[in-house]
Amino acid sequence: MGLMDLFKKKNSGNVAKDRLKLLLVSDRANCSPEMMEMIKNDIIQVISKYMDIDADALDVKITETESDANNGTVPALFANIPIKDMKHQPKDN
Amino acid sequence: MSEVIVITSGKGGVGKTTTTANVGTGLAQLNKKVVMIDTDIGLRNLDVVMGLENRIVYNLVDVIEGKCRLKQALIKDKKYQDLCLLPSAQTRDKDAVTPEQMVELINELREEFDYILLDCPAGIEQGFKNAIAGADRALVVTTPEVSAIRDADRIVGLLEANEMKRIDLVVNRLRMDMVKRGDMMNVNDVCDILAVNLIGAVPDDEQIVVSTNQGEPLVGSNCLAGQAYANICRRIMGEEVPFLNLEEKQGVFSKLKEMFKK
Repeated sequence: MGLMDLFKKKNSGNVAKDRLKLLLVSDRANCSPEMMEMIKNDIIQVISKYMDIDADALDVKITETESDANNGTVPALFANIPIKDMKHQPKDN
Repeated sequence: MSEVIVITSGKGGVGKTTTTANVGTGLAQLNKKVVMIDTDIGLRNLDVVMGLENRIVYNLVDVIEGKCRLKQALIKDKKYQDLCLLPSAQTRDKDAVTPEQMVELINELREEFDYILLDCPAGIEQGFKNAIAGADRALVVTTPEVSAIRDADRIVGLLEANEMKRIDLVVNRLRMDMVKRGDMMNVNDVCDILAVNLIGAVPDDEQIVVSTNQGEPLVGSNCLAGQAYANICRRIMGEEVPFLNLEEKQGVFSKLKEMFKK
């Protein structure tokens, strides 16, 4: 832990707030863990056609993002997909 | 015009029954005619919080099944003439009552009372559906904990899906010492997350336990929780009441203790 982390150490109240905010977005989206798993697997399949990705480290979740249309936030699907190798070039079919 | 208010939370143990007892008593103190209905069939406890457990003859299921007249089952409060309790059945199942029967019962009570309070059971099953069926508005009770807030959010969603006309939030059991340290979410955090109108913030108060032990609601008494509940009652009636400063009334002792902790 760095020196700055000591000052920035989050108290548990804020941890709870941040966890809840995320949790409730996915709760409200009524998105089951099973469905998230299916989405994740499909994403792996699609992206794997074009590049080598780290399927184990792939992280898919529902968060919130600012919306341009109506001043406010909308749910967003967030996917963090670590790439292992870019050299695998897309094939022209 | 009478108003039917359901007190609900999703999670158990956050203070629905305590809130019902105190809001009911508080509204009676403001000279309103109030009836409280314990809708938790099989697990009744509003009677014991009100200190009326020895007076029960008939209960909610008896009324619905026509075993007695509604008037016979209503128990008058010890202190307030215009406050009544309709206890739930202890030895029956939740399926003994349907939402339609609840609506019918409530409509009968509307003729006589200004406020009809429904103490909802925990959960989102049959008991919950029965309790919200005839309600005009809802008080959602939560504590500043992740589990309670998550359940409250779910309840708010279900109430909205059932077209509840008005939903207000009661944040219960706030511990200001922990909020100050940053180890508990504050009222604003909870309101932000749930996006529901706040109608009351009640501090965690030892006096609540004492009053429950004695079977006498503490609303209106001099402690912070008593004042917080009294304010909720006035807000229910439409009055604009500023929120209490929950940190204000710390005793000299706790202040000293805090100084030494630093």
